[in-house]
Amino acid sequence: MIEFTLWDILRNLLLATRWTALLSLVAFAGGASVGVLILVLRISSRPALHTFAKGYIVLFQGTPLLMQLFLMFFGLPALGLRIEPWTAAALGLTFFASAYLAEIWRSGVDAMPRGQWDAGASLGLSQVQQLRLVILPQAFVITRAPMVGFLVQLIKSTALTSIIGFPELLRTANAINNATFEPFKVYGFVALIFFALCYPLTRYARRLQARDRRLA
Amino acid sequence: MDAPAFGWLQAATGAILSGAAMTLTLIAVTTVAGTLISILAAAGQRSGVGWLAAAITGYVELIRNTPFLVQLFFIYFGLPGIGIRLDPLAAAILAMTLNMAAYTTEIVGAGLDAVSPGQREAARALGLRPAQVFIRVVLPQALKIIFPALTSQIVIMMLESAVVSQIAVPELTFEADMLQARTFRAFETYFVVTLVYLGLSIGVRRALIWVGRRTLAVDGA
Repeated sequence: MIEFTLWDILRNLLLATRWTALLSLVAFAGGASVGVLILVLRISSRPALHTFAKGYIVLFQGTPLLMQLFLMFFGLPALGLRIEPWTAAALGLTFFASAYLAEIWRSGVDAMPRGQWDAGASLGLSQVQQLRLVILPQAFVITRAPMVGFLVQLIKSTALTSIIGFPELLRTANAINNATFEPFKVYGFVALIFFALCYPLTRYARRLQARDRRLA
Repeated sequence: MDAPAFGWLQAATGAILSGAAMTLTLIAVTTVAGTLISILAAAGQRSGVGWLAAAITGYVELIRNTPFLVQLFFIYFGLPGIGIRLDPLAAAILAMTLNMAAYTTEIVGAGLDAVSPGQREAARALGLRPAQVFIRVVLPQALKIIFPALTSQIVIMMLESAVVSQIAVPELTFEADMLQARTFRAFETYFVVTLVYLGLSIGVRRALIWVGRRTLAVDGA
């Protein structure tokens, strides 16, 4: 048996943290891109598009993320696509994030006074331009606090991808634990590393929220 | 690629139902225990006792900034390292309750802060003791205010509980894992079970709104 010093354990966990961070960023960026699309459908006046987006959001917010990951991991190969844990994790978290971000931004769009659209229209902007140039930039700004809050949730959610075999922080911890039999230390460190990633963001979200409240 | 097949479903109904029943039991126990703890914790945060408030805030922040799955593994795999051994069901209930309580402490606390101080003063003026003021006057009003947020948190926790399958608690996801190993129909199995979860989350939300309307006269939602 190989001897693991405390530093060996911590070093390997910190190396794996890179994957947790990378997956969080990819899922947030991907989720933002798909999320804007879902948002546009959600606020569309066409009933079919509107209903589709609503159903999409209910589906992703009303089922466990673990099931969504399993469906990606087992479902895509059934469609004939070869899939690695990395792709299933990134795609699964992207769709998951898109539903939440679309819903967060919709609350921002809803908070815009009617006059903002009208002012855009009176400048001769088309409906799409009003949304792109007037409404969305402001909606993004006023929803920064819940967006950062969701990023914290997303970082924590990456731990679930260990179950489908993506070698992020928790999966690496399971492997180290199997070699060292020191679960208290190993999982304790994992919790502390996640805390170090998430707590500053939680603080930042709270600061943003306090600022928004002062301005409101 | 073969076409999706659901022939296994009929024989699997019992397993799916028993898994769903376990999922509902877990969330029911967690909701009751978690809410009770969070009422004490939120009151403790506002007690004016410095060390107590700091300890509760530390617990809330620690739980809210780490993944539930890590908390579960720490409790189930990590605690035996210091001599605390729990069976899977006890570990799952403990992890879910501690997690739930951290989130609902924030929610209950916000509700307590939202009850106007005049209510407390009026109740005191009527001669109620401080404990009576809290239980009979402040708490019911706070619960009414936070009921929608509490409902959302309960549904979120129920969906998160899918990961306790990883320590072999025979709830819905665990039954799905067993089924797909038997049927080799992973996609179809998880598809059906995902729909069951969707039904559960819609059903639990509706049931809670109904209960809220009946017992606390919560309106809307």
